Amino acid sequence: MGETVIRIENVSKQYRLGVTGTGSLAHDLNRWWHTIRGNEDPYLRVGEENDRTKSGSSEYVWALQDISFDVKHGEVLGIVGRNGAGKSTLLKILSRTTAPSKGQIKIRGRIASLLEVGTGFHPELSGRDNIFLNGSILGMTAREIRKKFDEIVDFAGVERYIDTPVKRYSSGMYVRLAFAVAAHLEPEILVVDEVLAVGDVEFQNKCLGKMREVSTREGRTVLFVSHNMAAVNTLCDKAVLLKFGRLASIGTATDIVNTYMNHLKQEVPPVYQAPDTKSGNAIVFEKVYVSNAAGEPVSEYALEEQVVINLEIGNRSWNRDFSIGLSINDMNERRMLIDQRQISCTSDDRNIRCRISLPPALLTPNSYTIDLAIEKVGAEVMDFLKNAIKFEILRANTKYEYISYDYGIINTTCKWEIR
Amino acid sequence: MKKLTLQDNSVSTFSAPPRHEHWDLILQPKVSVFDLQLREVWRYRDLLWLFVRRDFVAQYRQTVLGFLWHVIQPLLTTLMFLLVFGRIANIDTDGVRPPLLFYMAGITVWNYFSACLTGTSTVFVTNAAIFGKVYFPRLVLPLSVALSNIIRFGIQFGLLLAFMIYFAFKGHPIHLSWSWLAIPVLVLMMAVLALGLGIIISAMTTKYRDLSVLMTFAIQLAVYVTPIGYPLSYLKQHHASYVWIINTNPVTSIVEAFRYVIFGKGTLDFSGLAYSLGFAIASLIIGIVIFNKVEKTFMDTV
Repeated sequence: MGETVIRIENVSKQYRLGVTGTGSLAHDLNRWWHTIRGNEDPYLRVGEENDRTKSGSSEYVWALQDISFDVKHGEVLGIVGRNGAGKSTLLKILSRTTAPSKGQIKIRGRIASLLEVGTGFHPELSGRDNIFLNGSILGMTAREIRKKFDEIVDFAGVERYIDTPVKRYSSGMYVRLAFAVAAHLEPEILVVDEVLAVGDVEFQNKCLGKMREVSTREGRTVLFVSHNMAAVNTLCDKAVLLKFGRLASIGTATDIVNTYMNHLKQEVPPVYQAPDTKSGNAIVFEKVYVSNAAGEPVSEYALEEQVVINLEIGNRSWNRDFSIGLSINDMNERRMLIDQRQISCTSDDRNIRCRISLPPALLTPNSYTIDLAIEKVGAEVMDFLKNAIKFEILRANTKYEYISYDYGIINTTCKWEIR
Repeated sequence: MKKLTLQDNSVSTFSAPPRHEHWDLILQPKVSVFDLQLREVWRYRDLLWLFVRRDFVAQYRQTVLGFLWHVIQPLLTTLMFLLVFGRIANIDTDGVRPPLLFYMAGITVWNYFSACLTGTSTVFVTNAAIFGKVYFPRLVLPLSVALSNIIRFGIQFGLLLAFMIYFAFKGHPIHLSWSWLAIPVLVLMMAVLALGLGIIISAMTTKYRDLSVLMTFAIQLAVYVTPIGYPLSYLKQHHASYVWIINTNPVTSIVEAFRYVIFGKGTLDFSGLAYSLGFAIASLIIGIVIFNKVEKTFMDTV
């Protein structure tokens, strides 16, 4: 502990929005013309901060802006932030799949990144060949792999099928083999994406467990990008909070997780109004808000009060049939419930109003956010709102008022029989 | 308490002592255009070999004929050329007897070039999934294409030798000489040329997909402006006004030299070879420059 192993200095990353096509050649030529005359790249100056809720005027966007921090040897650092805050971009730069637009990152020691397991697995090759291929892609030499080969096969439990093409494997075997290779990687610095931990719970625990082991037992440095606040809290010593591509704060994992959750509470509005720019031939949410039973927009509710989610949907497409998906999450972005409904409209229905009443007194006092999606039946998502709006169920004057620990999510009273 | 921790961290963040400023790796927006990081490539040589193996092993998996396809494909092409150029168009083969060997020699060397070129020119796009997830020196992949095609070339060359031996018993003795030693040199020239052009195209395909469309049929057409189905000497005799087109093609003199080396007949044009060599080296240098510019950020555009 102590020595700085990663130093990130003023790192910025710019992306161009939209598709590459006509116009890109013109921009390239313009850029080239500026560069040969010794001027600064004209497109590096335009661009704005990456707030996805505002529709930007420029087609260039800074996914990361002026990020600086150090990571010390043996530290487990969590990188958190909302979707689009720049986590993945930072991850990509650290794992060297893309370069920063400005600034630099200095690294001491061997770095390996694990953005997915089984990168480069070829279905036609045998398990044996794939262990070597995947291991080398991740940066191991053939000798290292040979040394650990038996251990890997053992860990994955696929001895019998080691010379069978992996396309014949069950998906469980496939993932086990892939993870086994990754788990035997021995870099000094490990960059891990939480996406890796998505999947079945057993696998998730295995991943997180392995990470804990790597950092505590073997004293390696781990960078962990995650949405999962619980995981960050338990795994990481320190954390970094990114917001709109900037470094919002850095501190102990507990502090950062709290800050993140407070930010989330403040950022989500009680009413969602679609920006004017959101149009075209699509079905979109135009307005979303919560109200009480009388239809008055309120954002705070008593425990027993009726909560109604109101949707105003504009249909500017030719589609008559679509479905609406609803998800209610708590501030840890933990999903409370989902529901969905098919909707068929007649030809004149250009504006659709929807009232979704939650079962009364369902949720315990807390702040909740709502995700919404419109999907063309069995096809693409036409509109998706993440953390569209929030509402709060008040704690005062309820039975939860004096409970200081996690009191769960379902508000109910069990039947007690005492003899 | 909370405030104190935050302050602590900010101090350590921005005033870390510059004890020994040794860094193993520095990630920056741009690198020098000629920095090939060959040491990195060397460190990943095992991966290079595994990619070669992957290409080779996986290609004809689950086919009935399997390995035989490496032989059947050039054989059928040769027969087709024999039919069209030999029998129908009745073009002379520079005195190479039987004509079958003439076509097969040309096709062997041409196949190496075209496979290398198409392979390297699509290498970024076809492997985007891997590139997006993990770092390794990008140059490893185009190099693996060139290498695995050398093995295919070896097989096809073996086929050519087998036919030459067969025809030797039929009264067409093999022309064996020291000049055969030039074959590896010619193959290397082809490799450099194909790699250079391939890298240029692959680097640009990441942004402008049009090029990959262009490539697929350009390579099909290019075989006709290369003296594969006819010798250069035939063209000089009968259609001298078109010779410059064929001579502009940097592959021409390599193909001609290849046949000259093997059969001892045909055209050996040193100025043409010098042109090809210059062209190959120039394209490799340009390729490397473009590649280095694109390599670090192509995942953003691909």
